Amino acid sequence: MNEQFRPYTLIAELTYKCPLRCIYCSNPLDYARHDAELDTQTWQRVFREAEALGVVQLNLSGGEPLLRRDLEALIQEADRLELYTNLITSGIPLTRERLARFRELGLNNVQISIQDVTPEASDRIGGLKSFDRKLEVARWVKELGFPLTLNTVLHRDNLDHVEAIVSFAESISADRLELANTQYLGWAMPNRRALLPTPAQLDRARSAASAATQRLKGRMEVLFVLPDYYSQFPKACMDGWGRRFMLISPDGLLLPCHIAHTLPGLTFENVRDQPLEQIWTQSLGLNRYRGEEWMPEPCRSCDRRSIDFGGCRCQAYHLTGDASATDPACALAPQHHLIEAAREAALHDAGSPVELIYRSPTPPVGA
Amino acid sequence: MIPSDARPRLAPKVMVRFDRKTDRYMLLYPEKGLALNPTAADIVQLCTGENTVGSILEQLAVKYPKQARADIEREMMGFLTVLADKGLVRYEA
Repeated sequence: MNEQFRPYTLIAELTYKCPLRCIYCSNPLDYARHDAELDTQTWQRVFREAEALGVVQLNLSGGEPLLRRDLEALIQEADRLELYTNLITSGIPLTRERLARFRELGLNNVQISIQDVTPEASDRIGGLKSFDRKLEVARWVKELGFPLTLNTVLHRDNLDHVEAIVSFAESISADRLELANTQYLGWAMPNRRALLPTPAQLDRARSAASAATQRLKGRMEVLFVLPDYYSQFPKACMDGWGRRFMLISPDGLLLPCHIAHTLPGLTFENVRDQPLEQIWTQSLGLNRYRGEEWMPEPCRSCDRRSIDFGGCRCQAYHLTGDASATDPACALAPQHHLIEAAREAALHDAGSPVELIYRSPTPPVGA
Repeated sequence: MIPSDARPRLAPKVMVRFDRKTDRYMLLYPEKGLALNPTAADIVQLCTGENTVGSILEQLAVKYPKQARADIEREMMGFLTVLADKGLVRYEA
């Protein structure tokens, strides 16, 4: 395995448990099946082996990583390994004392999500009264001297609030603002009718974000991630399958992304059973979509194949039933009509209430 | 243009780390990293908030005597501008 497949970032999904119930949660619908969590020593070993493979960034994520009682021990080991460690959290449940302890132990960055800019709207999407507590935690983050990333997942109900979200981020002195449009995977898929915006909404939001990026240059990094559904070409999902990112699920599966374990017929190995290097280089699941051999036409002869690496395998599977298909988000894909139909439905649904399916241990019926 | 008496200091979100895989320094910040060439690594390590831009240039000129001073200055200014635009250095008054 050469430098072409060096992992730079480990996303450690420490637990799938979470007090919030966001309707676009990126965890798999059957997350409750993966509740046999790795213990402290295994995670620490995984960090050491990941660092030896080339990983320099560690995202402590979930679910809600604060629910792990051993987060302190994990941060301590990451600091010893000089990993740039980012805690990706809802901020709940947390005390100022525990956060101060994380700072002492070497945590580098804290990322907090808000679901919208008003408590009512934010709490409705998250399914928990939490906005005011998140705001308090964000203030602690800055008071304690951490850099702060604010993250908001964008969709139909908050895309028109992008300017207000930017102002909010400025008011709490965020160092980075991630405005990431919903990707229609995980829980966002059964909620797609409630979430998919109209093109006009998206254009306005993109302009607002672009103006903020320019205005705040050097003070606050503003990132706007387009949704695949309104892009001509798909994104390089995870920078390419099994290429730069490794993700480990709470129960120890080494994956190329958040929900690759929902793809049928692929084998992903568990870090309990094998050294990380062996899995990274030899995993049948990881090797399945590395490189270009697997690509169908029109990808195989497309000039963009080394730019987007064929897009998102999970999106391909969850839309077409075939994980090897060209990502339907691509305008050149034979099944692009699936995306076009969803966009038309979004226009039709705009303004009408749609029932929300909150994340829960029981997958929604029919999913 | 960055005045020569400005004192650049790395932003709190930045971590500089030696990368054993490439034998180079890396500058890490949330979700991203920059691989540094030797000159860039020197510059980053001098962004302590103590050194002025002018004194950083002096120190680089001493370290790289075979390079034209104007070339060093151009490279340094370009790199410092990139760092400032990304919010990776701040300037002390």
